[in-house]
Amino acid sequence: MLIYTAKRILLAILVSLTVSALVFSLLYLSGDPATALAGERANEADILAIKAAYGFDQPVYVQYFKWLAGAVQGEFGNSVYFRLPVIDLITERLPVTMTLGVCAMAFALLLSIPLGVLAAMYPNSLIDRAALLLAVLGQALPSFWFALMLIVVFAYWFPILPASGSDSWEHFVLPTIVLGYYATPAFMRLTRTGLLDVLSSDYVRTARAKGLRPAKVLFKHALRNAIIPVVSLAAVQFGFMLTGSIIIETVFALHGAGFLAWESISRSDFPTVQAVLLLFSWFYIILTFLADLLNAWLNPRIRVA
Amino acid sequence: MTTTLSVENLRVSIPLSAGVLHAVRGISFEVAKGETLCLVGESGCGKSLTSLALMNLLPSRAKRDADRIEFDGTDLLGVGERGMARMRGNSMAMIFQEPMTSLNPAYTIGNQLEEGIRLHKGVSAREARERAVYLLEKVGITAAASRLTQYPHQLSGGLRQRVMIAMALMCGPDLLICDEPTTALDVTIQAQILHLIKDLQREFDMAVILITHDLGVVARVADRVAVMYAGEIIESGDVAEIFSRPTHPYTQGLLNCIPVPGKTRHGERLGTIPGIVPSMIGEMAGCAFANRCSYAQDICQQHVETHTVAPNHAVRCVRAEQVRTVAAGSLA
Repeated sequence: MLIYTAKRILLAILVSLTVSALVFSLLYLSGDPATALAGERANEADILAIKAAYGFDQPVYVQYFKWLAGAVQGEFGNSVYFRLPVIDLITERLPVTMTLGVCAMAFALLLSIPLGVLAAMYPNSLIDRAALLLAVLGQALPSFWFALMLIVVFAYWFPILPASGSDSWEHFVLPTIVLGYYATPAFMRLTRTGLLDVLSSDYVRTARAKGLRPAKVLFKHALRNAIIPVVSLAAVQFGFMLTGSIIIETVFALHGAGFLAWESISRSDFPTVQAVLLLFSWFYIILTFLADLLNAWLNPRIRVA
Repeated sequence: MTTTLSVENLRVSIPLSAGVLHAVRGISFEVAKGETLCLVGESGCGKSLTSLALMNLLPSRAKRDADRIEFDGTDLLGVGERGMARMRGNSMAMIFQEPMTSLNPAYTIGNQLEEGIRLHKGVSAREARERAVYLLEKVGITAAASRLTQYPHQLSGGLRQRVMIAMALMCGPDLLICDEPTTALDVTIQAQILHLIKDLQREFDMAVILITHDLGVVARVADRVAVMYAGEIIESGDVAEIFSRPTHPYTQGLLNCIPVPGKTRHGERLGTIPGIVPSMIGEMAGCAFANRCSYAQDICQQHVETHTVAPNHAVRCVRAEQVRTVAAGSLA
């Protein structure tokens, strides 16, 4: 298990280095950054001054290593638009995104796993059909529309929850439901299929032949094996919830990191874009690493890999 | 000998879209303490479903019916699922055909060995561990204590089947049901496992029901044999009697399929049984084997009773006496 963990850590470091190079090179993909920063009416001297100020006159690899060295210390430079350190912008916005992501993930798991288990225990029953309906709805509803409908119902017709802002826990209820519901169908279907498969396996029969109680057979012997693919998916989905919540954050006017990414892209605020992108990639890398560890704990066969 | 298990008119049916599949059609048998009964028959004859029916572990679609299933003086039909759960793995245990997939990949051998005894006997973790080590040694696993922390994927098929056997014996069962315990194993390992089951039976004085399609296995371990065909027991009796004087035409056919060292000449064709097993969907009148039987007559289409042809030898064939005479003639 120690060797496995060490291997995973090494892999995670290599992946983040690759990603950081890609994120850095994005800067040059849209043309010369100094020209873009200087604006349309700038002359040659202005551009040269900007190049010197931002270090664009140095070789690219020097720029990259300087930037990377800063990044690992949390130093991303100043935002071109806000004129503030990027790290301050991010630390201000991140708690909102984190809270939303964690709540949405918890909501999705708490809804989908019990439903998936019930659907697998009683296949083709009423509860299975109801769960399927919920899944189809979840996949079919565009999240912005679902968000607007929730606002109409719970903030306008029955004004019990706030429609926008991020000041109290009540502000997070509706965004959590929208973001979490989006991930629910996949979790639920995966739990159901996995569990159905495992419940007809030989080792579950062995467990029953031992005289174990049905609950023990289900939770100890079946669910642990059925949940393995759900863990992998959850890691990816959680990354998505942390980074892809731009629409949700916009609809509910939650000023999170996703919203910040959107703002800085539209304003060509490249230090912020780079920082947010790198941060989001790190989320994915860390989550994948944690999912690998969790999977290894659940499934001893992959610990040797 | 005291009877451990006595089954009367056991039936298993599975409703399908094409009709009801009568997989086990009214079989009766007994097993006594210290005795090995072999249920033998080809694939699909209902032998595995019979064993699952005894443990009440049938798939949920399958329906079990019987006039009586008495185990250690308890009527199993009346105990309900909770009562059955108390007996399963405790006083009656089972070993399955597929050692590779019968152990849970997520838990250590020790965990899986110990959970049953901790539940049924309420012993401490240490006592359960000691019993596990003792039994792993009994089934011939070296370095037993260190095996407890290993996972199933770290063991070979033969070792896993030994673990399954040890697991079945944890609570000291009165009845051990072995459903084709050696089918998935190499021939050398097969012999070891059979030997082991036989030894353990003697040591723990259990009743054993061994299910197999392999007459070689039967000859090795059985005290009594029940031959199944299309969901019925068509012949049963002491092993020596069945092998020396097979009476049902199907049993004779089966034995003709086996080469006998010294008797079967090189290049000689082995026997086959012409025809195929009848569909078991719907009711069946008369003898199920009649369409493949060279002795068949019109009378075979009517209801067939089981006849006793010798002490401890019963045959479900209306022409048993004639078949027996003919067979004796051809042997002479």
